[in-house]
Amino acid sequence: MKGIVTSISGATVSVDLRGLQLYDRVYVGHARLSGEVVHLEKERTTVQVFEDTHGLSIGEPAVGARAPLTAVLGPGLLGGVYDGLQRPLQGLQRHSGDFIHSAGEIQSLDLQRSWDFIPHMQAGEQVNIGDQIGLVREGHLDHPIFAAFAGEIEQIAQGQVCLAEPLARLKDGQQLFGWQNWPVRRPRSQGRKCPAEKPLITGQRCIDFLFPMVKGGVAVIPGGFGTGKTVLEQTIAKFADSDVVIYVGCGERGNEMAGLLTEFGELRDANDRPLLERTIIIANTSNMPVAARESSIFTAVTMAEYYRDMGYDVLFLADSLSRWAEALREISSALEEIPGEEGYPTYLGSRLAKFIERAGVVKLASGKTGSLSMILAISPPGADFSEPVTQACLRAAGAFYMLDTGLAQSRHFPAINWTQSYSLLGSKAADYFRQQVDKRWTDLQRCCQDIMQQEDALREVVEVVGMEGLQDRDRLLMSVADRVRRDFLCQNSFSADAFSSPQQTVQLITSILDRYDHALKRLEDGVLLSDILQGESDAAG
Amino acid sequence: MRLAEHCYRSISAIRGPLVFVERVFSARIGETVTLVAPNGQLLEGEVLKIDTEQVLIQVFGETYGLDLEKTTVTFHDSVKRAPLSRQCLGRIFNGSFKPLDDAPMYIPESWGAVSGAPINPVAREFPHEMIETGISAIDGLNSLIKGQKLPIFSCAGLPAQELVAQILSSARLPGEGDFVVVFVALGLSYHEYSFFRETLEKMPSRFVAFFNLAGEAVVERLLAPRLGLTIAEDLAFNHGMDVLAIISDMTNYCDALREISTSREELPGRRGYPGYMYSDLASLYERAGRLHGRAGSVTMLPVLTMPEDDITHPIPDLTGYVTEGQIVLSREMQQKGIFPPIDVLPCLSRLMQSGIGEGLTRADHRQVANLLYQTYAKGRELRKLEAVVGKEGLLEEDRVVLTMADEFEKRFVHQGKARRDIFQTLDLGRELLKEYKVELT
Ligand SMILES: Nc1ncnc2c1ncn2[C@@H]1O[C@H](COP(=O)(O)OP(=O)(O)OP(=O)(O)O)[C@@H](O)[C@H]1O
Ligand SMILES: [Mg+2]
Repeated sequence: MKGIVTSISGATVSVDLRGLQLYDRVYVGHARLSGEVVHLEKERTTVQVFEDTHGLSIGEPAVGARAPLTAVLGPGLLGGVYDGLQRPLQGLQRHSGDFIHSAGEIQSLDLQRSWDFIPHMQAGEQVNIGDQIGLVREGHLDHPIFAAFAGEIEQIAQGQVCLAEPLARLKDGQQLFGWQNWPVRRPRSQGRKCPAEKPLITGQRCIDFLFPMVKGGVAVIPGGFGTGKTVLEQTIAKFADSDVVIYVGCGERGNEMAGLLTEFGELRDANDRPLLERTIIIANTSNMPVAARESSIFTAVTMAEYYRDMGYDVLFLADSLSRWAEALREISSALEEIPGEEGYPTYLGSRLAKFIERAGVVKLASGKTGSLSMILAISPPGADFSEPVTQACLRAAGAFYMLDTGLAQSRHFPAINWTQSYSLLGSKAADYFRQQVDKRWTDLQRCCQDIMQQEDALREVVEVVGMEGLQDRDRLLMSVADRVRRDFLCQNSFSADAFSSPQQTVQLITSILDRYDHALKRLEDGVLLSDILQGESDAAG
Repeated sequence: MRLAEHCYRSISAIRGPLVFVERVFSARIGETVTLVAPNGQLLEGEVLKIDTEQVLIQVFGETYGLDLEKTTVTFHDSVKRAPLSRQCLGRIFNGSFKPLDDAPMYIPESWGAVSGAPINPVAREFPHEMIETGISAIDGLNSLIKGQKLPIFSCAGLPAQELVAQILSSARLPGEGDFVVVFVALGLSYHEYSFFRETLEKMPSRFVAFFNLAGEAVVERLLAPRLGLTIAEDLAFNHGMDVLAIISDMTNYCDALREISTSREELPGRRGYPGYMYSDLASLYERAGRLHGRAGSVTMLPVLTMPEDDITHPIPDLTGYVTEGQIVLSREMQQKGIFPPIDVLPCLSRLMQSGIGEGLTRADHRQVANLLYQTYAKGRELRKLEAVVGKEGLLEEDRVVLTMADEFEKRFVHQGKARRDIFQTLDLGRELLKEYKVELT
């Protein structure tokens, strides 16, 4: 379908094409810049262009594709680094050098790469849609290949194959390939959703112990600038017990992506494989086109669902969802839509909720379960949590890790505020920890929270009367709370302490609490507080 | 491509820096235009928006003399470009690249689009070497790393410009390398302008400067940083130089952005600043960086004034969300007579860890920095307590920490006009720690 460009304002372009659907892809100009339909009217169609429109002129050609933006799914995604449209960044670099210029289409998957295909079916067998016809090994994972059509298998490949060739042919002439296209804005709803039960072990004591996350759950991390969102997300990406990790740098810094790439290339996972092999990185930095930033989280979550549907535990991290919401706002205001709160479109909440709904645990036809967990950073303007994006996320998320500017400034990291954060996912996770790690898990947790709460109250007293005005019991409590904060809740991501297993976590808190009990007894026995504290600090130092 | 330049005399409206032209044949987005006013005055502009009826142009310069009838608009079929050459070194220009130093314009070797292009994230090399600013509070505790963007947050009335001038003339690489400064000043008063001209006069010609004065066109404030950064990228990535780009004052930049957004009748965001200000600032700040396999780097030191001393104001807030840390000036330090009046507590250089230590600066750098920060932070806490319970109510050891905090401000942060290299800075830090018996391990 062909037409011409009729008006241009930044990345918003009107074309005279008719008969397109919302979100259909359109290529505009001689340079074939890609975009998608965002508004349909009788006389004109508005396209949001994913690339820089400098040099574009009205009257230039526009071509409608009658198909929406899709992600290419197949073996070879792991270890990849893509932009928001799933164009491989290494490919872009080969194409246009160190700086990104509009590049047209670049293959997302290397269809020529050869894979060792192990068929699970034979010629003559009947295959149904969704049946596994075989698998290839992708890094540390078995990557099953499912049938897209039903019929009788006439021929099936074995051994070295490349994705460009069909893996099987059916009697009626249909071909089964090892890859597929999927529209990024449509959830892949395979299998049946079921409740989340297993904890997602992040290795962060404050999270695992106080506000646990579950596989298939959604957590949000709001925090002002410099409070440690990115470091926390990246640390979790490194250590979380997931099969696949999808990391979206959504409208954030280029240097951070460079750091992530270097580090993930060097680090090894528990099976001594490069961390990059279980990771897919989507980088749409703040200076890359805004429309592609908006689509980046959909491209990424589609890849995440693809691996979930194989029965894997997938962790999806986005830094930062606020930048996505801002991209949505920019597009909306270019379309002159009626703005809602703070200029965000009124559909911000529903769009966000729909996206977050893509997380969860599914029971698959194969009998396996797969999970998609999300940990989403939010950057509220002026660290004010009452703003629309934080609020919309809060309504949809199960865990809330609030990063505190004050804590960050006193270099308490992770700066998770322990009075305001919460997890609604905790009870299931606690069952698991009680059974698998320590039966006192919940008691210890309560005890720890208790101490922190009491400390909070005592602090207010201290501000009036000074430390000297406190009773010995309370001063002891203050000193224990101090230890919990410094030795237990703080965790430097740049040290060996960056990851703490649930066993280590329990050990550490037990030793702090045992010592507290012991000290309390001695205090009752009449030992001087100063002697007890002295002994404590000798033991700690 | 068009064969000839197109000239029109069909302006339908002029609104502030915006000009609407009708019946234009195939204008391009971002295309540069020249406007000739009835009195012969020449102005440059850029195409922002095109529809079937008219073309919207943003004019770089004052639109005073323009009219609807006689003004002509010529379309040049190319985007706005900056003239590139090593000859730019030692030169001083205004916000639209006219020499201010009485020397003739050089002949460019090539031209670079001023809007730049995003660096491909996989082409980026992670920043890892320090640039020495000569300021202890920065070099010692919040080191500036090659390829980093580290802003200075100031308040109205604090000597930010003096600090900029000091960094301008004393920044250098601790090791080998070809180092230059690109200085872009936006919305300067004449007084500040002459002050900077004097500073530059005393410097060897390893700089390029762009000056936009307070009385000059607002749109130029959006252009000048892009000219400067285009030059910086060329010197860095094509000529292998380590470039420090200092842009001051970004608050004037943001206000210009707001003014133009308002005249375009765009939907205002927080405090009237446009909703796309984050992306717009990122399109400048993200031009800092290093590339794999190429010598050279662009490091950025933007300076801004926090309106009403409010760090949550959109300008410092959005800047903080793009940049990699911040240096914060404070009134309290200024009142104590400390120069530079840096409050190190809220300061942070996020890339510091990768640029210091053995082989980069000195093996003890990290430890000295951490101990100084910790002790000083504790001292500041104690000051609050002292205000309540008095000095007598404090423990002896706490009184020592208090004195140390005072001394740290007086001797380490305060340095007047002197330049300290990183070794002097670290030695001074060690000396303080030793005097107050804070032990290095
Ligand atoms: N867990 C941690 N351990 C040690 N240092 C940390 C930790 N978290 C954060 N930091 C310190 O805080 C700095 C800022 O952290 P980070 O970049 O993650 O902030 P952010 O919340 O992502 O900020 P922004 O919103 O601006 O992107 C880091 O550079 C590091 O110095
Ligand atoms: Mg961040």
